[in-house]
Amino acid sequence: MKSMNHHEPFHFHTERRLVQLTGRSARTVPELLAILREISGASVFYHTHHLFLSHHFEKPVVYNDFADWVGQALQEDALAERLAAIDLLAFTSIRQLREAVIALMEAHIAAGGARARECPAGDEFHFCKSKSFIMPTGIVAEDPADFFRKVRGITNVSLYFHFLEARLRLERPTNDFSHWLRGRGEAGMADAIDRLDPYVVTLDELKEQITEVGRRHGVN
Amino acid sequence: MVSTKEGVSLSDYQDVTGKHVIDELRVIAAHVEGRRLQNINSTAVGGGVAEILTRLVPLLRELGVLATWDVIKGDQNFFEITKAMHNALHGKPENLTPAMLDHYRATTESNLRQMDFHGDVIWVHDPQPAALIARRKQSGRPWVWRCHIDVSTPYKPVWDFLAPYVEQYDAAIFSMPDFARPMHIPQFMVAPSIDPLSDKNRELEPGTVERVLRKHGVDPGRPVLTQISRFDRLKDPLGVIAAYKLVRKRHNCQLVLAGGDAPDDPEGAAVLNEVREAAGTDPNIHVLPLPPFSDLEINALVRGSTIVFQKSIKEGFGLTVSEALWKGKPVIAGAVGGIKLQVINGHTGFLVHSPEGAAQRAMQLLADPGLCRRLGENGRLHVKQNFLLTRQVKDYMLVMLALDHPAKDVVHLN
Repeated sequence: MKSMNHHEPFHFHTERRLVQLTGRSARTVPELLAILREISGASVFYHTHHLFLSHHFEKPVVYNDFADWVGQALQEDALAERLAAIDLLAFTSIRQLREAVIALMEAHIAAGGARARECPAGDEFHFCKSKSFIMPTGIVAEDPADFFRKVRGITNVSLYFHFLEARLRLERPTNDFSHWLRGRGEAGMADAIDRLDPYVVTLDELKEQITEVGRRHGVN
Repeated sequence: MVSTKEGVSLSDYQDVTGKHVIDELRVIAAHVEGRRLQNINSTAVGGGVAEILTRLVPLLRELGVLATWDVIKGDQNFFEITKAMHNALHGKPENLTPAMLDHYRATTESNLRQMDFHGDVIWVHDPQPAALIARRKQSGRPWVWRCHIDVSTPYKPVWDFLAPYVEQYDAAIFSMPDFARPMHIPQFMVAPSIDPLSDKNRELEPGTVERVLRKHGVDPGRPVLTQISRFDRLKDPLGVIAAYKLVRKRHNCQLVLAGGDAPDDPEGAAVLNEVREAAGTDPNIHVLPLPPFSDLEINALVRGSTIVFQKSIKEGFGLTVSEALWKGKPVIAGAVGGIKLQVINGHTGFLVHSPEGAAQRAMQLLADPGLCRRLGENGRLHVKQNFLLTRQVKDYMLVMLALDHPAKDVVHLN
């Protein structure tokens, strides 16, 4: 998203994603670690975020593929817990996130963990990444009041793009909504949205929380 | 060129998927409109690839993509060789002699001489026509290898033969990450899909279902366990019979083993004989080798079933699972290949590893109709969100777009 001037409307975008396969897979924590050091940032983002867009019959405890695989396939519960507890909101770049994941795995190996654990055949960890196609939705908000009216109607994919993907994968300083509101002189609303944690709620719940920020500030 | 029906339109799919899904297709299609997408495979009838192309091609055309479909020609010897190749790519040691490889090359040469490669992008399905890539340099257009099978742990000599062809493609498409292997070309994941409006999947009147069951001697008043698949050892039909025999000790149930033959599957007859032998004289086991174009009967057999098995030992994707889930049936299936994406254990069915496990889950379901219903409802929702034809149409168009932007992970479109 370009830097915004004070009068620029907000253009809601959405994305279509294609999963790209790397052909690389791991059977142990050391193998996972070795590939993680070299794999693209797009792959790290994919494996820590794609489950937020999936339908779940039960709300998952873990949205992080690394944690899920280490727990399920390797039965390394302590490492799985630590990986699942990584605070994604604490990072502003994939590089930082990757380093945090690597540090946990290194510590686990240094402590003698994962020496002999190998996943069963067929349960290997396959590294993927997504190729994203960003498109305008045609929905445009002219001002903050219009924004809060229209944000209720956007899809979860659009919300995911502006809130999660924009901040971490595209390395913008904040989510797109807060960035735009701040440019419109609405620092209070921008900060309030910035404080929302998208990683502990569903996208539907996040949308409701954003709408609530508007209500609290009397703009919708 | 294969002629495809155009009797069903996007608006018909909208009734199943909802308007937003069709709207999304139109948005993406605007970026690939007018391009010629030429599909090439090895058979016009039988097997999942032909089934999907039959409907996918007309839908793409309605969206403005000029999709076409050509089939290579080969004699029985060629298809026996490619069947052995198929098994070898799944890991079975198959000795392909120099004479067999020469015949594969000669058949490819013959097809290269006869075929018109007119596509702006050329989509080659599976190993049988893979060597047509020899024409790529001359055509100067992107070629994509759409591999529907698992080549992750192949019998090495056969992969070593095929790999130099595959590595010349501009990209490959696999049905799931587990099927891919390290290669020097980009690889995409596109899960296959079912057509909810086809004869195999559309809604049927209860009377039609009952009539088909009775026609094959199946009693609609008693539980029916069914496996629909080609008569192929990798589908473990003998394991299904073993499971049924365990269930039969507790439940007055019946077993249906039904499936069609494809022209490129000469091994099927031998397996069918083994199945008949294992079934013996049990009047409650119905072994039904169905001719091509039996889709309506297959649909009715699944709809008339209480539980559907797909007890594969090795599996490409196993779309018969989605076909059963779409009809609201709980599925008991081998935890292999693409089945693991379709059967969410405990939510849409059960994953098993043995005939005993399959029997135990079947008995659990037969004793709990509420559980059957819940799994069936979840299964239909799961298929609606992930495995309908419209999703595959979308992904194919995205692959076409991806070929335009090979180096970018994030592509901005206006």
